[in-house]
Amino acid sequence: MVEVRETHGETTLVVDTPRIVEAARHLRDELGFNFLSDVTATDYLGWGAKSVSGYIGTPTGRDLNKPSTQGYQRLPQPKPRRFSVSYHLLGLRAGAPRVRLQAWIDDGETVPTLVGVWPTADWHEREAWDMMGIRFDGHPNLSRILMEDDWEGHPLRKDYPIGGEPVRFSGEE
Amino acid sequence: MAVAPEQLIYEGTRIPSPTPSVLQVPEDLRASEDILNINFGPNHPSTHGVLRLVVDLHGEEVVGLAAVVGYLHTGFEKNMEQKSWWKAITYAPRIDYLAFQNNELVFVLAVEKLLGLEVPGRATWMRMLLAELNRIHSHLVWLGTAALEIGAISMFWYCFRERDRILDLFELVAGARMHTRYFQVGGLAEDIPPGFFGECAKFVELMPKAIDDYEGLVDRNPIWLERTKSLGLLSADDAIALGQSGPVLRGSGVDWDLRRAQPYLTYDQVDFRVPVYQEGDVWARYRVRMEEMRESVRIVDQALRRMPDGPWIADDRKVVLPPREELHTSMESLIYHFKIVTEGFRVPEGEVYTAVESPRGELGCYVVSDGGPKPWRVKFRAPSFVALQATATCMSGALIADMIAIVGSLDTLMGEVDR
Repeated sequence: MVEVRETHGETTLVVDTPRIVEAARHLRDELGFNFLSDVTATDYLGWGAKSVSGYIGTPTGRDLNKPSTQGYQRLPQPKPRRFSVSYHLLGLRAGAPRVRLQAWIDDGETVPTLVGVWPTADWHEREAWDMMGIRFDGHPNLSRILMEDDWEGHPLRKDYPIGGEPVRFSGEE
Repeated sequence: MAVAPEQLIYEGTRIPSPTPSVLQVPEDLRASEDILNINFGPNHPSTHGVLRLVVDLHGEEVVGLAAVVGYLHTGFEKNMEQKSWWKAITYAPRIDYLAFQNNELVFVLAVEKLLGLEVPGRATWMRMLLAELNRIHSHLVWLGTAALEIGAISMFWYCFRERDRILDLFELVAGARMHTRYFQVGGLAEDIPPGFFGECAKFVELMPKAIDDYEGLVDRNPIWLERTKSLGLLSADDAIALGQSGPVLRGSGVDWDLRRAQPYLTYDQVDFRVPVYQEGDVWARYRVRMEEMRESVRIVDQALRRMPDGPWIADDRKVVLPPREELHTSMESLIYHFKIVTEGFRVPEGEVYTAVESPRGELGCYVVSDGGPKPWRVKFRAPSFVALQATATCMSGALIADMIAIVGSLDTLMGEVDR
């Protein structure tokens, strides 16, 4: 366990990435979060890079060289690593308690798979691999799921441009 | 609240190992020459769109199965990152083109949670009313197409007859029959037109009789029972482990509905029952959906009677477009209008996960904001995507002829699976 946060009525538990399976088993067996709703990977490349906009003065300053830019009113909190992997857990009991289990990794690092804890993690993790390029250690079949098998790149990463897919049969080939 | 089922559907677990979503040919059959590997789809009239199933057959028995998805991937989540918050709402309903209003709703609720916005009562009740009409609409299309796949062709015409009435209601409210984009951050895009209540009351009166019609057609039909009973078994434990939700979970005997367990909108103020069936088969899922339609009609009826007067959208000029008539008289309104339309409103930094009970189950939306006018990350927890993972478990030991009925009973919608 690294950090606990409470925002917008939701609890986020940030855990040490190698110990995530342990944390998940504890949450499932001891605390009764028996249902894995969702696994989401988020890319924070360039988070807060737009800087503060020119109109509004804030504690972090005001960029007079860029009036009328579409920057932030206030710089967002920096993130510890590039990627977060969030597991949204739910307890099927009165009150429907929810908790978010979160692990932070850099590009090229891996996360232990949770398929052994919740079989439903199978496709969710494949989607995270396909879209974000997060590798899950020990996943039985970590292949692309939404994109075709020979696709290059991971489309939901921030450095993957929109409209950046190769055009086939374009005449230039 | 009793969540656990009353009876065991089968002993132990049937989830294939090591890959939970792939049914592998048993060891002793692998060398056999009788194994026929066939490719079912992606373009087949009964695959609910573009689902591809790679099936290994031993005689008529399905011994291996892998579902292949992704043919309808359109990159909604990537696109939504490029649009300002209020333009991104337009994308949400297109993800699931049968439960469009539920998709709209979950995204709008997530943005409102980040903003901490109070939504007026009229908008909340109307959202619930439309979400329930939308549930009936989605179940009708399911019933029509699933019955069509099993061979009951006339069912399709009857279901689409009522579906058209619902689409007429949507058109009356929002001007569009599908993808209405009627839910706005803060409330509704427009006030409810006065003619709507009368038309909707007519529908409420008509719909239970229509459901009687459907049940009269198939409920005691021996062919229908033969093709749905004891097929596609899924136990409660397996359903939970596989993350199943909605009618699939309730058909497996788990008494779980987010509308009651985690009330959003005004579901805690209306009276409705959550149908639960213990059998865990195709028939149970069919029954759950039929009864849900009846309950939805009851909720719509209560919402119609109790619809409060008052504003239909929150009065927050930083987020909500000012009333049209003010633009001609107030400079300030004009500035806000211009800012919201060109740049979009800003949403405070943070991450939220909201979930609603869509016709297909738990529809979740995870939204990250960096404090700017565009979402940083939007992710939909698509119930169909999860439901398809259960295909391998449901199909163990099934015959090829039952495959259509079983896949149909999971009510997957490929637009939502692939997003």
